Amino acid sequence: MFLGLVKPSDGQALVLGVPTGDVEIRRKIGFLPEDFRFYTWLTASELLNLHGRLCGMTTARLRERVPALLDLVGLTPHREKRLREFSKGMLQRIGLAQALIHEPELIFLDEPTSGLDPMGRRLVRDVIRAQRDRGATVFLNSHLLSEVEITCDHVVFMKEGEVVASRDLRALPHGEIRVSARVRNFPPKAVAELARWSTNAQLDGERLTLATGSTEVLPDILRHLVAAGADVFEFAPEKLSLEDLFLKIMGEDRGL
Amino acid sequence: MGAWIMAGVTFREAARRKILWTAFLAGLAFLALFGTGMHFQAEHFTRASLPPFVRYQVLSTMLQVGFYAVDLLAVVMTILTSVDVLSGEIASGTIQAIATKPISRWQVLIGKWVGFAGMVAAYVAAMFGGVTAVGYFIGGVLPRHALVSALLVLLECLLVLTITFMFGTWFSTLANGVIVLGLHGLAFIGGWIEQIGAATDTPRLVTVGVVSSLIMPSEAIWRRASFEMQSSFARSFRFSPFSEASAPSLAMVEYAIAYLLVALIIAVYHFDQRDL
Repeated sequence: MFLGLVKPSDGQALVLGVPTGDVEIRRKIGFLPEDFRFYTWLTASELLNLHGRLCGMTTARLRERVPALLDLVGLTPHREKRLREFSKGMLQRIGLAQALIHEPELIFLDEPTSGLDPMGRRLVRDVIRAQRDRGATVFLNSHLLSEVEITCDHVVFMKEGEVVASRDLRALPHGEIRVSARVRNFPPKAVAELARWSTNAQLDGERLTLATGSTEVLPDILRHLVAAGADVFEFAPEKLSLEDLFLKIMGEDRGL
Repeated sequence: MGAWIMAGVTFREAARRKILWTAFLAGLAFLALFGTGMHFQAEHFTRASLPPFVRYQVLSTMLQVGFYAVDLLAVVMTILTSVDVLSGEIASGTIQAIATKPISRWQVLIGKWVGFAGMVAAYVAAMFGGVTAVGYFIGGVLPRHALVSALLVLLECLLVLTITFMFGTWFSTLANGVIVLGLHGLAFIGGWIEQIGAATDTPRLVTVGVVSSLIMPSEAIWRRASFEMQSSFARSFRFSPFSEASAPSLAMVEYAIAYLLVALIIAVYHFDQRDL
C-alpha cells in the first residue's frame, strides 16, 4: 500500500509526507519484494542498469553505482550471468541491490533473508546497518525474529493488518525482562514510582507485574518494594526474547 | 521516458528469448514453401502455354492464399507472444519490482504495448514483403495496394494485441488466451456468415456477420485488406475465401481504430486501478 501496489479500501496514508501512490516520491523509496522475481533473461548488470534507469539515474551515475552494488552484495563474479542461472540466495542479493540502486531514503525489505545461508544473512544485516548509518530508514518485514532482534531499532507486531504491540529495541538491548511478584501491603501510589526502572507496572490484588530492559535494575526494584513497606513473598524475573514476546502477544498459533 | 524504457526492454526480451527469431524462422520456412509452390505453378503454366489472363488470375489467387496465411500467422503470433505479458507478470509478482519504480502504471503498459507493436510491425513488414517478393519475382504477379493492405493487417494485429492486453489486466494467462482466440474465432465465423449472406442475398445473415464484426472487428479488417489487394476481375467473383463478396466499408476500418483506442484506454485504466 505504501508503494502503491495495493489501493487502500478507505482513508489515506502519507509516505515521506506525500499520499501513498504518488509516483515521484518513489524516487526516494527502495523495495525488495518477498519473492523477488524478474526477467530471467537479463544479466545481473543489465538488471541493475534497467532499475537504475527506471529510477531516472544517468548513465554516468549508473556506471559508478552498478559495480559498487554488485560488489556490496557479493555478486561481482556473476555480473554477466543471466538471472535464470541464479540460485534463490543470489536472486535475493540482486533484489537487495536493485532496491538500493538509487540510494533511497526509505527502504522496504520484505523477508530479505529468506533463502539465504548464514553468510548471506550476515551480509544483509551489514547492508541494512550501512543504510541506517547513512541516514536511510529501513522497514524490515520478517518472521525471522532473531534477525529482527539483531538488526532493528524498533519493532512493531501486526496481527490481521493491525498493530497490536510495538517495542523500542534500543531500550531493550538484552531483551525484555518481565517480573512477576507477590506482595502485600504495597501502597498503590508506590506503583507509579516503579516507572523509574520499569514499564507497564501493574498491581492486581497481591500480584505485581512489570517489565524492564535490564537485570541490573532488579535489586533497585526489590529495595523499592521493601522500602515502601511491602511484604514480598515472591519475586520472579523472566527474560523474554523477541520470539517469546511475539508468542505472548500473538497468542496461540492459529495457522496464520 | 519510462514508457520508452519499457518498450525497449520488451523488444529486447522478445529478441533475447528468441521469440522473435523463432517467429521469423517459421516465417522463412513458410516463405520457402510458398515460393516453391509458386515456382512450380508458374513453371507449369509456362510449359502448358496457357493464356496470360488465366495464368495471372491463378497466380494472383495463390498470392492471396499466401497473404491469408501471413495474416493468420501474424494474428496467432501476436496472441501467443503477448498473452502472458501482463497476466503472467501479475501472477508471478514480476510486475511488483517494476510498478514500485517512479514510473506511472500507464507508462508500464503503454511501453510494453509499443514494444510488442514494434515487433508485430517488423513481422508483418517482413512477411508481407516476403510474399510480395515471391509473387513478383517467381510468379510475376503483384497485389494491388500492397502497402494499404499491409497497414490494414498491422491494424488487425494491433487490435488483437490491444484486446489481449486489455483482458490481461483482468484474467489469468490461460483465460485471456481462450477469450481472445474465442473472440477472433467469432469474428472469423461472422465474416463467413456475412459473405455467405451477401452471396445468397440473405440480409439477415449479413446482419449477423456485421454484428459479429462490431463485437470483434479483426476479421473484417483482414477482409478489407484482402479486398484492397484484389484485381477488379477477382472482385467480380461473388463467393470464394479470397474474393470478398461483401467487403467491409472504410467506416468499419474507422470503427476498428476507435475500438482499438477504447480498448487501450480501458486496459490502461484497469491496470492503473487494480491491485498488483
